Formats: sequence, structure tokens, C-alpha cells
Amino acid sequence: MKQKRNTAVTIAGVTFKNPVMTASGTFGSGMEYEEFVDLNKLGAIVTKGVANKPWPGNPTPRVAETYGGMLNAIGLQNPGIDVFIKRDLEFLKKYDTKVIVNVCGKTVEDYVEVVERLSEQPVDMLEINVSCPNVKEGAIAFGQKTDALYHITEEIKKKAKQPVIMKLSPNVTSIAEMAKAAEAAGADALSLINTITGMKIDIHRRKFALANKTGGLSGPAIKPVAVRMVYEAAHAVKIPIIGMGGIANGEDAIEFLMAGAMAVSVGAMNFVNPYTTEETIQGIEAYMEQYHIEDIQEIIGCVE
Amino acid sequence: MEEKNSMEKKRKETAVVYSQKETAGGIFDMWISTSLAKNAHPGQFISIYPKNEATLLPRPISICEVDERKERLRIVYRVAGQGTKEFSGYKQGDNISVLGILGNGFPLDAAEGKTVFLMGGGIGIPPMLQLAKELAMVNQKNGRDNSNIKIILGYRSELFLHEDLKQYGEVYIATEDGSTGSKGTVMNAIEDNHLKGDVIFSCGPMPMLRAIKEYAAENGMTAYLSLEERMACGVGACLGCVCKTKEVDHHSFVHNARVCTDGPVYPAEEVDI
Repeated sequence: MKQKRNTAVTIAGVTFKNPVMTASGTFGSGMEYEEFVDLNKLGAIVTKGVANKPWPGNPTPRVAETYGGMLNAIGLQNPGIDVFIKRDLEFLKKYDTKVIVNVCGKTVEDYVEVVERLSEQPVDMLEINVSCPNVKEGAIAFGQKTDALYHITEEIKKKAKQPVIMKLSPNVTSIAEMAKAAEAAGADALSLINTITGMKIDIHRRKFALANKTGGLSGPAIKPVAVRMVYEAAHAVKIPIIGMGGIANGEDAIEFLMAGAMAVSVGAMNFVNPYTTEETIQGIEAYMEQYHIEDIQEIIGCVE
Repeated sequence: MEEKNSMEKKRKETAVVYSQKETAGGIFDMWISTSLAKNAHPGQFISIYPKNEATLLPRPISICEVDERKERLRIVYRVAGQGTKEFSGYKQGDNISVLGILGNGFPLDAAEGKTVFLMGGGIGIPPMLQLAKELAMVNQKNGRDNSNIKIILGYRSELFLHEDLKQYGEVYIATEDGSTGSKGTVMNAIEDNHLKGDVIFSCGPMPMLRAIKEYAAENGMTAYLSLEERMACGVGACLGCVCKTKEVDHHSFVHNARVCTDGPVYPAEEVDI
């Protein structure tokens, strides 16, 4: 008889039925993927970043393929918090999954405004994007210096009603130092990695592949970097970590969990295979079955 | 207007290559067997996934012809990079991964009782075939001939699909080198042949679409443009493939619409190209 194995994880008091989430910006608010995936099966949906006002994003081309990965420079196009609350959060109410809203802004005040607007909404956690490499103001400016990260985390924590996840950038000298700064300022959890800044040149047209010149690299090509950074961050702080970077299946997810992540997010691979999130959950269950693991906690951070 | 496709769920499935040949230099003509053929509409597209995992993203390719009964789709594509190079090596019986049906397609009802220009430039020509076929079917149903279907094709030099298209309307050709038909572009072919019409359905390179938009506005014609943009997901989530819109878009709430989902076909006056 098949034994029921426990895949639930708890982060900052919020319990997820399994550790598989969607990486912000790769899944919209789930509307585009409900045709492919049973959204009720996901641990959480992490929404595309939302700001206090609509953002038009960057000119096209915004995406380019690279070896085993892709570059994007969408520029955080979003409809703004008013539409997001009315449309996206309304849509997500239909589903039995946790909702994590990714928040972006140009100034600390922008972030705080969105955080306050969400305080009475059906949102389980907030993920603060201080790591998008594709916008000129805000975002990554807060995520590359420990004092700036400390400051914005502290300001958001003062106002936030839901637990706060700080999403960290890999484009730093020491991920451990950034993780410690966020923890010291009161962050409830961390998510990493955001994309790695990259560039591609079309040698036939002698032009940059992206209108923005640089973009964020994601996909399987970045997975080893992400696993290493999750491991380093997990050893630097006590707060839980949500790991991501090129996860394509259950085995990839297990690797992140063993490196110390409490949960994982599927990102760019949603574009390659729209069923990746569900297949990753099945893959984790199959792995637990294979190795007779009763509770997923047994493998989290098991590789020291 | 037929709305059957709009309600059909998108899905990724395994298709089988039925046949493939090189139809002109670097242009490949492939029929694939797939249940997606049951709901394909002219101007829509499918995404094909390369098998090579180094080339991750699906390649959006327009539907050239549909055989609904045999459940086959025809695609005609140019080898432009690693993905399409891989596709060009596929043989009969090979399995391929496809996502579809994607995009909105051309609004056939806009051509009802009108003289319509089907304008294709280069690798924008393939979607004109199924479109012409379905417009001709409407004529047949109404006991009309196909003299209202003016098919205007622009090539660099080497021709493809022109013989297929001749079955469904009057074909006019322009070549950049003047080797066949008018020398120049589709716009030269309109002028040389003194063509007049009411509606334009078009697909091709951006300079051609800009010229068509201007021409339609000057001549009081209604034009629909099929746009192309670099895509990742193909289903409207990643916001990679946007085009500028004149009005604030209903989904994005900024002046951007998603080519993969809201397009690829737009009324010319609605897009800022």
C-alpha cells in the first residue's frame, strides 16, 4: 500500500501543501497557466511583480535565448496595484493555494505604498523584489549593498501585515552578507536567486540581442550558481530560504532542498514546458517514494 | 465568424512528422500529424520545441495549411537559427513536441462580400494559404468566384507557395531583383497592377507592414497586420513579445499588447509600429 508522505513545509508560520512555487514573472498570476496546470496542486503562486502604478516595461526585443537558458529584460511591466487587487487577487481567490505577491518599486515609499495596500488583502506573504536587474531605478539598487538592503527591509517590516520574503540578487560579491543584512533587518524569509545579469550580441546584425542591451539570465544554465548561493545563504542565516534558478524537474528541486532551501520555485522552465510545476511536485513525491522518505524535512539541508 | 478555436484549450503534445521537403533555398515545407489541426484558424500559430536542450525556447511558427479531416498541419518556415536548423533535419515519422493552438488569427468575417488583398512578404507568405483557402470556401458556399481575392506576394528572388495560392485567387508577385513580376515590394505590385480593394490581410517584415498601414489609411481600406516578436512562453505570461498599442491595452493597462495572445493579428490603426 502506498504510504502518505508529508510534503508540507512551513515558512514564517505559513504552511504550504508542498514546497513547489512559481518564480515571480514567469507565471503571471496563474491565469495563463490554468489551462495547463491544476493551480490547486501548487504550494504557492508567486505573482509577477506589482508596483504602485502601471509600468510600461522596456522596449522589445525583451527576450533572447542563450545556451541552456534565456535572457530577459521585460522591465517589470505591470498593471499597477489597483488593477492587480481587482483582477489578479480576485482570480486567485478561486484556488486553494497560497498567494505570495511580489512587490516592486522605484523608491522605498513606492514599495511601502504597495505593501500597505496589500495589508487587508487575501495574501499570505509578500516577496520584495530588490533584485531585478532590468530597471534603471529602484529594484536592484536596494539589493546590492548591505546597508540599502537593511534599510528597505526595515521600512517594509514596519508596515507589512504579512510575513516578508526578501528576494536577493546573485549579482553581489557575497550572498551570505546580503542574507545576513536582510535577516538582521527583520526579514521573515529569503528567496534566491533572481537572474544573473548577462548580455548577448547578434553578430550577424552587429546589435545587442535585447533592446535593453543587458538582461537577466535564467534557466538550467544558472542552476549550479543558484544551488551554491542557496547553500551559502542557508549557512549564513536562520530564516528559511526559497531556492530557485533553472529548476526543471523533481530532481532539480531535491538538489535545492538538500542545499538548504525550505521551498523551491519553478521559473524559466514554465516557458519551456507549461506543466513543469506539477511535474516537479510529482518528481519530488517519486523521489521520496524511491528513498522511503516519510517527511520532506528529512532532506532539507541534509547535505552539510 | 467561427469562434470554435477560441474556446479550445491550449496544450502541449507530441506531433509526428508526416512529410518534409526543402521548397526553396533555406525554406522548408513540413506536414505534421497532430490533433491540434482540428481547431486551427488561419493566422494562428504553433510553437515547436527543439529537442536539443541547449535551445530551450519554443519556436513560434505560423500555420500555413490545415487538413482538418486527416488531422495534419502544414508549416513552411525559413531556417533562421539553431532551432529551425534542427527542424529542417526532421524526417517522416519523427516525433516533435508542439504547443498550440496559439494566437487570434485573421477575422474572416471582415472580408465578407469585400474585395480583399492577401499580402505576404517573404516568410510572412505561409499564413496566406489557409486564409485564401477559407475565403475561397466562403465564396464557393455563396456561389461566387474568387475574383475578389487578390493575393499579393513579395519575395527576394526565389518563389515558393505561389502555385498553391493560385487555386484560391488572383496572384500578383513582386521580387526584389525583378526576376518575377514587379520589381520591388508588394506595394509596387499593387501599383503596377492597378489593384483596388476594401480589406487587407497581411503578414511580413516590419517595413512592409508599415507601408501597408499607411497605404490602407490613405486609400480608405481596413487593414489587419500579423506581427512578429521574440517570444518566450507563447501563452501570454512572460510579457516578452509585446507591441505598442494606440490605446491602453485591456490586459496590461499600459500601451502594450501581447503578440502571442492578443495578436498576432491586429487592426492596423490599433498598433503603433
